[in-house]
Amino acid sequence: MLKIKNINTFYGQAQALKNVSLHLTEGEIVTLIGANGAGKTTLLNSLSGVVPPRSGEIFFNNIRINNLAVHQIVRMGISQVPEGRQVFKPISVEDNLELGAYLKHKMLGGGDEVKRNKEMVYDLFPILRERRKQLAGTLSGGEQQMLAIGRSFMARPKLMLLDEPSMGLAPMVTQEIFRVIENLSKEKKTTVLLVEQNARAALKMANRGYVLENGRLILEGTAGELLENKDVQRAYLGKDKKEIWER
Amino acid sequence: MDSSRQLFQYILSGLSNGAIYALIGFGFAIIYNSTGIINFAQGEFVMLGGMLTIFFLTILNLPLTAAIILSIIISTMVGVSFERLAIRPLKNAKPLSLIIITIGASIFIRGAAMLIWGKDTHALPAFSSNDPLYIFGATILPQHLWIIGVTVLIIIGSRLFFNYSIAGKAMRACSYNARAAGLVGINVKSMVMLSFAISSAIGSIAGIIIAPLTMTSYDVGVMLGLKGFCAVIIGGMSSGMGTLLGGLLLGLLESLGAGFISASYKDAIAFIILLLILFIRPEGLFSKKETERF
Repeated sequence: MLKIKNINTFYGQAQALKNVSLHLTEGEIVTLIGANGAGKTTLLNSLSGVVPPRSGEIFFNNIRINNLAVHQIVRMGISQVPEGRQVFKPISVEDNLELGAYLKHKMLGGGDEVKRNKEMVYDLFPILRERRKQLAGTLSGGEQQMLAIGRSFMARPKLMLLDEPSMGLAPMVTQEIFRVIENLSKEKKTTVLLVEQNARAALKMANRGYVLENGRLILEGTAGELLENKDVQRAYLGKDKKEIWER
Repeated sequence: MDSSRQLFQYILSGLSNGAIYALIGFGFAIIYNSTGIINFAQGEFVMLGGMLTIFFLTILNLPLTAAIILSIIISTMVGVSFERLAIRPLKNAKPLSLIIITIGASIFIRGAAMLIWGKDTHALPAFSSNDPLYIFGATILPQHLWIIGVTVLIIIGSRLFFNYSIAGKAMRACSYNARAAGLVGINVKSMVMLSFAISSAIGSIAGIIIAPLTMTSYDVGVMLGLKGFCAVIIGGMSSGMGTLLGGLLLGLLESLGAGFISASYKDAIAFIILLLILFIRPEGLFSKKETERF
């Protein structure tokens, strides 16, 4: 479904991604793990067209997308839930969702579909239904994250890119968010590329994973393999720390 | 004339001038909110509105309504091409550089207008009759009513647009968080262009409805633009209602000051207020306190 071939992305002179290649098959949940500054967010932004790669190619359903503008990539069916939620704070919850379906509104007869999708989001996150008239800025962090996911789902993407959805959230809320991501993948048939600090939880849910270090992909495998991998365990799962120190 | 009638007279003319300032201020606020720049060419669209209408009316002998509509359309097209030619090509320019470009554009448009129409002052005939109406002893021209009516319509229209239409909501979304707006599929660049279109249209309308009262010439945009800028600074960039109140307040103070102190201080009053606001409350008198959690 998605094929990234050797992309190199720069911020000015600084290279943030070096020859990164990865692929996603339809229906998968794939997670991208790595330390802060490894380039995980950059990879998602390269995919979304926010920071287009300087070289390399990205294919989505066999169409080249790495030269498209941000909104055109959304139209192709790739929707990003950005890091730090980025909801439209001075706008109501309901209007945030409506804006998520911005592209659907423009098509004729989109009204019913938008309404249906909105109901679906409210069923996934009942708290949003209660707060639909409130300004998004008055929601708690967890609720804003739910809104950000809901807003992105309103576009009914084929591929959803989630950037650190658990950041700064209480464990209970994180669990709920993860439950919904799983639901989006299984019931709503959305392919998911998940960037997570919480590598253990992400790998438990994912089918496959990639490990990114200093802008390079250093490891890939099924979630089970990565969970068993000693390097991954040491660097990202916090296991064996004691032994290493004592050695 | 006793002083209460005189006071009423000043208030009436202050309110109608204030409505114009508010409209011009709206133009500033719309572009500021979508791009973060102050468009100092805003006043030139006010000039273009009046001058183009007079041009179509007197040179081409079109009926008034047609002249007005054509003039709004052409001013809007000038605004859009200004964005396309001078703003959009500079993708990563800092707001300050863009603001300087708007000053350049303002000088350019004014110069072009002077070359085309000369330096003469022109008058546009009033939309309806020129006979004054008497309200509580004060005289009011029908044109004042036109100004107030058109302003009210534009304000209601833009409130409906920004709060209820998806395009209006999308424009607000761009101003709050342009990157997130792109990620939901909004074409941020075309929203910037739309904001230039709307604000030049509103500016030209302001220029057209005031032209029968104050006359117009190639350089009216300078002073009217600055007054509109005052209005939006008094009200605060973020609040549409604030801009309206700011404009009305400015118009009132100006006309009361001119009436009771001296007419020659009319413009000075506006700029003293501008300086005071910038020193004491730069975010504007009526700017909304945002309630949000992080």
